[in-house]
Amino acid sequence: MAEQKNPLTTPSPNADTTIVPPGSPHTHTEQPSGGHGGAFPPFESHTFLSQLIWLALAFGLLYYLMSKVALPRIEAILGERSNRLSSDLGEAQRMKTEADAAGAAYEQSLREAQAKAQGIAQDTRNALSAEADAKRKALEAELNQRLAASDATLRARTTEAMGNVRSIAGETASAIVERLTGQAPDQATLNRALDAMPATH
Amino acid sequence: MAVSIDPIHQFELQPLVSLGHIGNQQLAFTQSALYMFAAVGIIALLTIVATSGRAVVPGRLQALAETLYEFIADTVHQATGADGKRFLPLVFSLFMFVLILNLLGMIPYAFAVTSHLIVTFGLALVVILTVVIYGVAKHGTHFLGVFVPSGVPKPLLLIMVPIEIVSFLSRPISLSVRLFANILAGHIALKIFAFFVVQLLVAGAWGVLSPLPLALTIALTALEFLVAALQAYVFATLTAVYLADALHPGH
Repeated sequence: MAEQKNPLTTPSPNADTTIVPPGSPHTHTEQPSGGHGGAFPPFESHTFLSQLIWLALAFGLLYYLMSKVALPRIEAILGERSNRLSSDLGEAQRMKTEADAAGAAYEQSLREAQAKAQGIAQDTRNALSAEADAKRKALEAELNQRLAASDATLRARTTEAMGNVRSIAGETASAIVERLTGQAPDQATLNRALDAMPATH
Repeated sequence: MAVSIDPIHQFELQPLVSLGHIGNQQLAFTQSALYMFAAVGIIALLTIVATSGRAVVPGRLQALAETLYEFIADTVHQATGADGKRFLPLVFSLFMFVLILNLLGMIPYAFAVTSHLIVTFGLALVVILTVVIYGVAKHGTHFLGVFVPSGVPKPLLLIMVPIEIVSFLSRPISLSVRLFANILAGHIALKIFAFFVVQLLVAGAWGVLSPLPLALTIALTALEFLVAALQAYVFATLTAVYLADALHPGH
């Protein structure tokens, strides 16, 4: 075993010369312990301590950097982003609610205005029709009054005319009787004859 | 030419700075260590520099970092429940470390750190030690409930408890060997098939067959990218599952 030979044959001051052996014709000088070219590098146990030390240093440094700097920072970034997202979503939700409320209020006032406008239109229509009704009624009353007045006049004239008919008939009858008999009938007989006549209308 | 033929050559550690010996252990800053720190740098770039703006609307890199975070956070949450969040940095670090090292290994001529068993075993050891230490500290002897499946008749426990113990002890081994073997085998297979192309091309008339291993190499490359990501995910998921035991020892 070449690596066991090293500490025995070469004391530590000469360590460098064992790493790159000067005369090893069949290998290419990278064999750390020299002499045996057929060794399988991962199983060369004389390199283990060195590798473990460097591994511990490198991995220790990595662990320190990750646990103290990198991961807290990334976690903070992710936390801040999710906070930001949820607060932004909340804000958007709030704004949407406000917009909905404003929309509802607008609808409401629109409905009220429509109702008001309809009310005004209805009132105006009612007032106008009432006024027209009143005028029409007044006109009708006046017309009825005039009609009644002219009716009364007509009736008075008719009565008057009918009264005249009796005296005319009496005079005519007395004249006819005088011409026929040569003697005028007395007024009483004439009245009796006139009364016997049926009323002619 | 001898170097490129050898499919094992790519796994050799090349010391950049030698630091001497302790016993028979050779200490050196190798390219493996360089890749580890490069991975740490890349991860820091991705998760720290890219998020430095703390933008509410993320850019591409920040979105990638956030996606990775949420992915691992979901995995940990599903496996361990709400109180597993304390282990998120560990699982996230393991996932990113393994993922970036695997992906760095996919760059041509680059070195795959996770193809070394001792590295993956070291990572698995971190997981298991965390499970045991946290489990014992939090639950005391009650942590031994891990080995006693609930709802099993008493006589069966004679068989079940040893099985559970063996299963528990084999976790770090299976965790580390799975990752190591996948990456190692993938890289060896890629190297071998890619070298078939070259061998066929220099073999005269056989050269007409060279598109076959080339197509296979391309397909394998795609597969290796899948394996690189999948093994990182498997490592992280199993870590989360094992950590769930530390949080809730009674099955």
